[in-house]
Amino acid sequence: MDSLRPRMRGAQTLEIMPGSTFGARQETALRDVREAVSLWRLCWTLSALDIKIRYRGSVLGPFWLTLSTGLTVAAMGGIYSTLFHIEMRDYLPFLAISQVLWGYQSALVTDACNGYVASEGMIRSVRMPFTLYAARIVLRNLMVLAHNLVVIVAVDLVMWQFPDPVVALAALPAMLVWVIDSLAISVLLGVLCARFRDIPPIVASVMQMAFLVTPVIWRPSLIGDLQWMLPFNPFFTLLEIVRAPLLGEIPSLAVYASAGLSSVVLCAMTWVLFVRVRGRIAFWV
Amino acid sequence: MGMARETETRIAVDGVSLDFPLYHTSGRSLKKTLISSVSKRMGEDAKRRIVVQALRDVSFTLTPGDRLGLIGSNGAGKTTLLRTLAGIYEPDMGSIRVHGTLDALLDPNLGMNVNLTGRENIMLRGLYAGLDKAGLVQLEEDVRHFADMDDFLGLPVRIYSAGMVIRLGFALATAIRPQVLLMDEWFLAGDAGFMEKARARLEDMVRDAEILVLSSHNTEALLEWCTRVIWMEQGRIQMDGPTETVLEAYLGHAVKQT
Repeated sequence: MDSLRPRMRGAQTLEIMPGSTFGARQETALRDVREAVSLWRLCWTLSALDIKIRYRGSVLGPFWLTLSTGLTVAAMGGIYSTLFHIEMRDYLPFLAISQVLWGYQSALVTDACNGYVASEGMIRSVRMPFTLYAARIVLRNLMVLAHNLVVIVAVDLVMWQFPDPVVALAALPAMLVWVIDSLAISVLLGVLCARFRDIPPIVASVMQMAFLVTPVIWRPSLIGDLQWMLPFNPFFTLLEIVRAPLLGEIPSLAVYASAGLSSVVLCAMTWVLFVRVRGRIAFWV
Repeated sequence: MGMARETETRIAVDGVSLDFPLYHTSGRSLKKTLISSVSKRMGEDAKRRIVVQALRDVSFTLTPGDRLGLIGSNGAGKTTLLRTLAGIYEPDMGSIRVHGTLDALLDPNLGMNVNLTGRENIMLRGLYAGLDKAGLVQLEEDVRHFADMDDFLGLPVRIYSAGMVIRLGFALATAIRPQVLLMDEWFLAGDAGFMEKARARLEDMVRDAEILVLSSHNTEALLEWCTRVIWMEQGRIQMDGPTETVLEAYLGHAVKQT
């Protein structure tokens, strides 16, 4: 039998040199992205195994996630429909979707903070594209999200409330925006938290605050006269572009504009940072 | 000739310098160790970070058939140079060109995840090397056969005995054959404890590689494996030449070729 040979990724010659200009560094950063894409099977397997490790040995496996989300939604639905004096039948589908989507966002942000630091061993022993670590985090959280979708479907069935299927389709392009933003967040927070170790607690309190000021468990309409302020909250607009269509509503133009603008700013900032510091990450972790 | 050069496995290192910044110094004992071993070269850079001048103006070229050994005291920059060649650390100045597939055997666990089973670790390494389905099957077969641990491949590495972890790590590391092989000394250090077949497999792999770079303190290993040795001191190349010549200068006495 022939001995196994590693396959070349991309160009036959690997050039490693510090970029003296932004353009040269950008070239290396692009190579990083290309290599990550060519390693998509590795990325998929890493993400799937991450989930598997977490639930290895348990009977329900990853569906523990679904179960705990379901229980949270049921418990909160009971309490808050009473507190807010809302019909359970209206409130529960809203809460289920909000809780699942926000759960994704906050888990992703927490994960992103630990991204590069947690992979220290791997970063120091093999040369792997840095964007792949970010993609792994995003993919892993998308897998969790997919498990939690069951909760939304179950609540819709129990309450017999379904969104307009045509309107719900508008959530798909918004989901694509989410994936891109998630990659950016994972790189951005991963890099910043690797360099400055006091950032994760700051991020945690920001997320806590964001949860309270953003209409996640309460309807945006409840804020009354202050509704004009909502589009200035990127947490809200990014949540709303996916959530509203799933509830059978099309978000306003202001919401789309705000979500789009926040995404562009986020991605641009991340790219500039990544291009500048990519070569330093190995020293920081 | 010009065309042949293009396709030939080759490493060209040109004027490479690297400052190793030390962050979070107080919190990490490993880095404290690093500082004490290289204290002479510590300084602060323009941004008042503590930096170690890990590599200074290192240049050399390797072509097929070259067997390069790296020698020098602790903290001389041998491992940093290996990591830089592997593309893990990027230099501050100079350039490195590697033509051909490269693999670096730097730490005994090779980034193995102890919470995953042996089989899953094998798969990850195969995917990293870009193997296709058939390749993955062959890899698992090869590792299973060599490491002789059929019953355990489905269990997490965490519960393996120390000996089994070494066997799996070694089998995995030597299963995929690159054109350029970078190796840290631990791979040869455990010689006495290694089984006969492990040694045969490693020799096979080294022979198979077109270029070898080996970092070691072990004079015998260098005499046996290398045709050329670079003596590193404080991040610089102190001497570069045939194995015996450099080793004699380094040790200060004659060495005999066995």
